[in-house]
Amino acid sequence: MSAVADTHNQEHHHGPAKGISRWLLTTNHKDIGSMYLIFSFAMFLLGGSMAMVIRAELFQPGLQIVQPEFFNQMTTMHGLIMVFGAVMPAFVGLANWMLPLMIGAPDMALPRMNNWSFWLLPCAFLILVSTLFMEGGAPNFGWTFYAPLSTTYGPPSTTFFIFAIHIMGVSSIMGAINVIATILNLRAPGMTLMKMPLFVWTWLITAFLLIAVMPVLAGAVTMMLMDINFGTSFFDASGGGDPVLFQHVFWFFGHPEVYIMILPAFGAISHIVPAFSRKPLFGYPSMVYATGAIALLSFLVWAHHMFTVGIPLAGQLFFMYATLLIAVPTGVKVFNWVTTMFRGSLSFEAPMLFAVAFIILFSIGGFSGLMLAIAPADFQYHDTYFVVAHFHYVLVPGAIFGIFASAYFWLPKWTGNMYDETLAKTHFWLSFVGMNLAFFPMHFLGLAGMPRRIPDYALQFADFNMVSSIGAFMFGVTQLLFLFIVVKCARGGEKAPAKPWDGAEGLEWTVPSPAPYHTFTTPPEVK
Amino acid sequence: MRVHAKRALALVTGLLLPAVVMADWTMNMTPGVTGTSNQIFSLHMTILWICVAIGVVVFGVMFWSIFAHRKSQGYKAANFHENTLVEVLWTAIPFAILVAMAVPATATLIEMYDTTESEVDIKITGYQWRWQYEYINDDFGYFSSLSTPRDQIENRQAKGENYLLEVDKPLVIPVGKKVRFLLTANDVIHSWWVPEFGVKKDAIPGFINETWTRVDEPGIYRGQCTELCGKDHGFMPVVVEAVPEEEYAAWVAEQKEAAEAERQLTQKDWTLDELIERGEKAYASACASCHQPNGAGMPPAFPALKGSPIATGDMAAHIDIVVNGVSGTAMQAFGGQLSEVDLAAVITYERNAWGNNTGEMVTPKEIFDFKNKE
Repeated sequence: MSAVADTHNQEHHHGPAKGISRWLLTTNHKDIGSMYLIFSFAMFLLGGSMAMVIRAELFQPGLQIVQPEFFNQMTTMHGLIMVFGAVMPAFVGLANWMLPLMIGAPDMALPRMNNWSFWLLPCAFLILVSTLFMEGGAPNFGWTFYAPLSTTYGPPSTTFFIFAIHIMGVSSIMGAINVIATILNLRAPGMTLMKMPLFVWTWLITAFLLIAVMPVLAGAVTMMLMDINFGTSFFDASGGGDPVLFQHVFWFFGHPEVYIMILPAFGAISHIVPAFSRKPLFGYPSMVYATGAIALLSFLVWAHHMFTVGIPLAGQLFFMYATLLIAVPTGVKVFNWVTTMFRGSLSFEAPMLFAVAFIILFSIGGFSGLMLAIAPADFQYHDTYFVVAHFHYVLVPGAIFGIFASAYFWLPKWTGNMYDETLAKTHFWLSFVGMNLAFFPMHFLGLAGMPRRIPDYALQFADFNMVSSIGAFMFGVTQLLFLFIVVKCARGGEKAPAKPWDGAEGLEWTVPSPAPYHTFTTPPEVK
Repeated sequence: MRVHAKRALALVTGLLLPAVVMADWTMNMTPGVTGTSNQIFSLHMTILWICVAIGVVVFGVMFWSIFAHRKSQGYKAANFHENTLVEVLWTAIPFAILVAMAVPATATLIEMYDTTESEVDIKITGYQWRWQYEYINDDFGYFSSLSTPRDQIENRQAKGENYLLEVDKPLVIPVGKKVRFLLTANDVIHSWWVPEFGVKKDAIPGFINETWTRVDEPGIYRGQCTELCGKDHGFMPVVVEAVPEEEYAAWVAEQKEAAEAERQLTQKDWTLDELIERGEKAYASACASCHQPNGAGMPPAFPALKGSPIATGDMAAHIDIVVNGVSGTAMQAFGGQLSEVDLAAVITYERNAWGNNTGEMVTPKEIFDFKNKE
């Protein structure tokens, strides 16, 4: 394999360093990718256990397990940890592992910054999680931290939360710069932009979104910091400030943010579906254009999260139309995946199961998104469990299933071993059933009138809440099985060939499994 | 195989969605009792059916492939991967559907925004964690707080039929009239929602939002605060009683009289015991959710009053903090929220309850003078 570094002829050994310093000081994209993935899974379990507390409290009407103050801390921390700790780092981990392998690069373009952007994350989350043990408790104002609830009325720990967000933002921006620098500079000769694998394309676009909006988030929390500690009144009406300004700034970050959490999954699914359909991806150029269109539109729709704040009619109409438009490129992507499957030669290993579930369930989340876009109807849906159902349908079977599909798809490349297919399929089916049981009834709860973020509810909501909690417990416990499967796969198992999936395409399958510590020291030629 | 079974089940559930309406398994939105809520309901059903139809077609093709085009059945893959016509079609058709959907939505929205020609105006102010209703044309108003007993919430007592959806004094509106609501908030953002009216609007400090409704059927309608507003966000319901016009007029007259009587009370000579008795009630509705019924508070956000220097020390400082609040903290200015009588009663109660036995009292007249001195 010419792609593999020939270490024997060199003067010093280029394998991984030994002990803890390998992980602390590494600049290797594979090591850093693994650390990102392990970190994000740890955060997934932590954020998930908070969801278990929430669902346990909501199992029955009445207050049983936690008090409202703590319940609000749980919903807030669950959201923050899942968004910033689980989903985003998981995709950065996948990017670190796969981007250099997919474009034939020896490593990421900025390896030292890569190390730095990873190690900032555990620091940020240490600060964030430590707020749980501070006087007055952790942030309790929801992951959207609307002012003035989060400023004048926030707990003393809010300043630590702001610091944590700043560090996460720095980490994300550096990660994004690295991705862009790598993709634009280190592609193998012959790999023009329109020959790039879709995961590379979607990550390139995601990185631009990150660079565009993370500073906006930093601006929002900085204004909060000033309001809390330095006597300014950006968001304090009694000082001439504007609480609605906070929401505009937050959602200008927040809407692109939700695409940051889904576009890389779109990319991964666009590899997995063709691989297990044994047929090339249908409509590659339209997939690229659709991703770009979604990214551009994401900057023009933020106020659809704010239909009830009293923006003027003209604004309301603009944001409704712009939001409806997003359905067009998103639809194109779904149609392309389905057409890729159509008249393929399908088989259903774990990555494909997760990918098919992704397409179906993400579409259901898209449908409820379309319903939410209809501004008059949104007056009924807004801030109810219908919204909770909607965003969990796009994030759990969307982002999370996308990550699971990617993990199973590339595990053989990472570990050199095949994972246990039976266990993986069990993991899929339990997750699938648990997830639907947990989140589908939330549509009904929202339509029947249950507001979100409440620790206790009226009696007519009792039955579906119990069903939802049972589903959530099932989904939660099932994820320990995933941990077991990955550990088992890393420790041994059937040896994986360089290309374990007969329909898979791309440079990553030209290197042996497990991928050697250094790959593509000589760039491959792409025809 | 199993994927298909699951999907079929989901589809059947989806198809039955509007038909199945059971007491405890309500699955769909309520059509409500107003023109707006009915229009919203029909928009909701239209877009839902459009989604179901698209879902049936797209997932239909997908499941056909899953069944018919399997490697295990020896199906050989085709190799097509491009077709411009198809791409154009599935861009254009959804676009056309969206335009068709946007038209009725726009019409409904324009109507919802028309708050002109109202016959009754009510100002609604959100507080942590209750609503204030002010009938601005008739010069009276009151607070509306959760009336579900603590014992029901903490499972020491069986839960009532309207658990968490009941208040001490509901908002009363006349049927058949256009009622305009002016919404604002005193502390954080709240949101006032009555599903059966199709009315939800945020109450934001420093802003006045407008919305309206016209209810034709008399009845009691229940909703909740829908914007996270702190620890008791789940415990600030909205209850609206729509009554026939004559009944409404009689009720308004009664309220105005009561408001006048309340103002007279300021002049009355109060005894310590009378103030403490009244103060206990006022404390329970205005103060107890933060400072707790036993005065122990929840430090650090909500300090204890029991044995505190404020409640046992200088009287003027105590009055000042209750009337004017403490800026930058959760302690609100109650001067505008409570009457002079209730302010005097609460302060007197706090100085004599839970072992704060100062024996001191402040009269409504003194509060009145304090407020006017400023």
